[in-house]
Amino acid sequence: MNKYVCAIICCFIFSAQTAITQNDSTAWLQRVAADTSKPQLNMDAVYNRPFLQAGKMPVALGGYVESKGEYLQTDGISEGWQFQMQRMTLFVSSSLHHRIKFLSELEFEEGTKEINIEFASLDFQITPLFNFRSGIVMNPIGAFNQNHDGPKWEFNDRPLSSTQLLPATFSNVGLGIWGKIARQDWVFAYEAYLTNGFDQQIIENNENKTFLPATKNNPGRFEENFNGVPLFTGKIAVRQRKWFEIGLSTMQGIYNKFEEDGLRLDKKRAVRVWAVDFNLSLPKTKTSVNGEWAWVSVDVPDTYSQQFGEQQQGGFLDVVQPVLKRKMLGFDNAVLNLACRIEYVDWNVGNFKETGINIGDHLLAIVPAVSFRPSAQTVLRLNYRRRHQTDLLGNPPALTGGFQFGVASYF
Amino acid sequence: MKKWLALILLVSISILSCEKLLPPTPAEDELLDGPVLGLSGEQNLRFLEGDIAFNDEIFTPQTGLGPLFVATSCGSCHAGDGKGTPFTTLIRFGQTDSTGNYYLHLGAPQLQHRAIPGYTPEALPPNIAFSKLTPPANTGLGYLDLVSDADILAMADENDANGDGVSGVPNWIKLPGYVKPRAGAVIKNDRYIGRFGKKASAYDLLHQTASAYNQDIGITSTFEPFDTYLKQEVEPEVSNQAVLDVVFYLQTLKAPLQRNPNAPDVLAGKELFTQIKCSACHRPELKTGDSEVAALSNQTFYPYTDLLLHDMGSALDDGYTEGTAAPAEWRTPPLWGLGLSPNSQGGRFFLMHDGRAGSIEEAIFLHGGEAEGSRNLYKALQASERQKLLAFLESL
Repeated sequence: MNKYVCAIICCFIFSAQTAITQNDSTAWLQRVAADTSKPQLNMDAVYNRPFLQAGKMPVALGGYVESKGEYLQTDGISEGWQFQMQRMTLFVSSSLHHRIKFLSELEFEEGTKEINIEFASLDFQITPLFNFRSGIVMNPIGAFNQNHDGPKWEFNDRPLSSTQLLPATFSNVGLGIWGKIARQDWVFAYEAYLTNGFDQQIIENNENKTFLPATKNNPGRFEENFNGVPLFTGKIAVRQRKWFEIGLSTMQGIYNKFEEDGLRLDKKRAVRVWAVDFNLSLPKTKTSVNGEWAWVSVDVPDTYSQQFGEQQQGGFLDVVQPVLKRKMLGFDNAVLNLACRIEYVDWNVGNFKETGINIGDHLLAIVPAVSFRPSAQTVLRLNYRRRHQTDLLGNPPALTGGFQFGVASYF
Repeated sequence: MKKWLALILLVSISILSCEKLLPPTPAEDELLDGPVLGLSGEQNLRFLEGDIAFNDEIFTPQTGLGPLFVATSCGSCHAGDGKGTPFTTLIRFGQTDSTGNYYLHLGAPQLQHRAIPGYTPEALPPNIAFSKLTPPANTGLGYLDLVSDADILAMADENDANGDGVSGVPNWIKLPGYVKPRAGAVIKNDRYIGRFGKKASAYDLLHQTASAYNQDIGITSTFEPFDTYLKQEVEPEVSNQAVLDVVFYLQTLKAPLQRNPNAPDVLAGKELFTQIKCSACHRPELKTGDSEVAALSNQTFYPYTDLLLHDMGSALDDGYTEGTAAPAEWRTPPLWGLGLSPNSQGGRFFLMHDGRAGSIEEAIFLHGGEAEGSRNLYKALQASERQKLLAFLESL
């Protein structure tokens, strides 16, 4: 434990020093400009971040911080003002060779309530179309899981479908291949990994529903695969450089302990996820549209409870419109955006066996937002959140509304 | 620049000051949950502890769920402290008369029809008597708990001495060791008057709660230490404190508030309710005795029940029973909160003991036996009178 604390303190001190010196053009620390010469996709998000590099040292550092204050009220009941340090993330990257790279992402969520190595992998490039990756990899399901840095988004909360349906940020130990190829205005990419997978907590949890994110509560998931069956995650994506990107991804695995000490306990029970994601930019109006939809299928035992859904689905749609781009408050090229997110999650798709009536357990939210970006790497966000959550039985929904103000910035 | 800043500031202040954007509290009479008025600060704290244990404590295999179970939490069956649905309905089987249940070795009296992964749930033995029982609302249970045995017996009329066709008898039950008889308890052949449950087979809220943890969720306690799967005594899986907190929560849940009690149709319907003798069993007014909770002590309340068993006719006779009740006998369910039932039943009604009635009127038509007279009087009402009676019932 102590070594982790020492490492964290060292990183903090080093980060603080770099923050002080980065504005000094004569300093030996240099900001590494994002490489825009190559086609960028969601899968490139881990590398497409601002880093600071000391001289010709092969190691670069970076990170971001994200915090918010909010006042939410559900059916007239409020917990009052709440302030949260959502996360602080540190990046360390290293180029061991121009075709061998290492990148890691260490995340502290809600203070130090959760400390996770979200990403720590070594990339070996054989050709641009064929790279080998090993370590803790981010399972490329949907787009948000790959491209989740807070400063990139105009909303204080991560999409509900990414955190309450899919387990973003979801990473596991494993290995795989990835690559991409460009042809004129088009870029094609793929990723395929085998990693440790889910466990039974997805249907044995305190949420009282099938809940994929519960698998992250397994503290041993980075050292032991729960049932020995690797989780396959694959994604293909295509990007038209000026306009849009579309991705199709899947995760397929077994979540239950079907065998122990050579004894058969149950049949193998599958968890399958499919996701489609897209983003669109309208060059004329600078409007950006970003969305994702996921379908989850879990083989829940018939003798368990229908409380735990076999089919789930959900997604989000973000629209961001810059309304002012000019020097503001002394910041050159500051941008003021209007934005809106619509998000939906249905944790239990289907009908009750007893009555044939549709099962509830779904949530719909709309989040209008104003964001101010003094620079591309920093965002101040004011969101209004309106949420309608219906229980399993389909009773009148609980209504939540309120305001959130937050900041997120790379450093 | 300044105008933009002023605009942003103005918009922000406007938004922040607009309370309409914050969802308001529903009217108090539209909610079944919430504590009785007049609890002390300490009692409110205990109520909140019980609220968490009842509604938020989700049991998993790691925390003791099952292996055989019906539901994963108390709140799963009583959404918003209201009635349940066919999804949360449980099944009891085996007992056909007052001599007892001879199928305990097969898992009786309650069928645990769900199981954690890897286990096989119970199945009903062939050709056996059983009843499906839809969870009742929890509200106002503390008031019902404080009605004296003497008051209940005063409403009984076993031999129909008054000749109104309505008798009404208590269910005489045996008490488990952990249940202490209340002050003034009446005893008959070592049996006591039950008052909770569809057959009035639970004595008090501790009996009901400890039994539900065990039979519904498969959770053992020091009160009910036998695992429903192993049928052996095992370590407690819930603390006494949690069980007692839930008991206190149930005890101090408020009584449902009638909506629009002075509306003309509601008042007219109330008259008709008495006129066609519904009130012979659904007694409008009861009184509590002394209680350590001052807010519940010596109160007059309006549950529309007599806590007694009545023969409801062959259509509602499942062949199964509990205690000394005959299979066709059911305890008069309290009608308070009836109009709010759809708020916990997915927007529709599932009434009668097994949820078979999809409306209040359908439930009335299913009344037989001792209630046949009232049912026929209801059928004889004019359509407008029926609407008034239904308006009254929906106001409860």
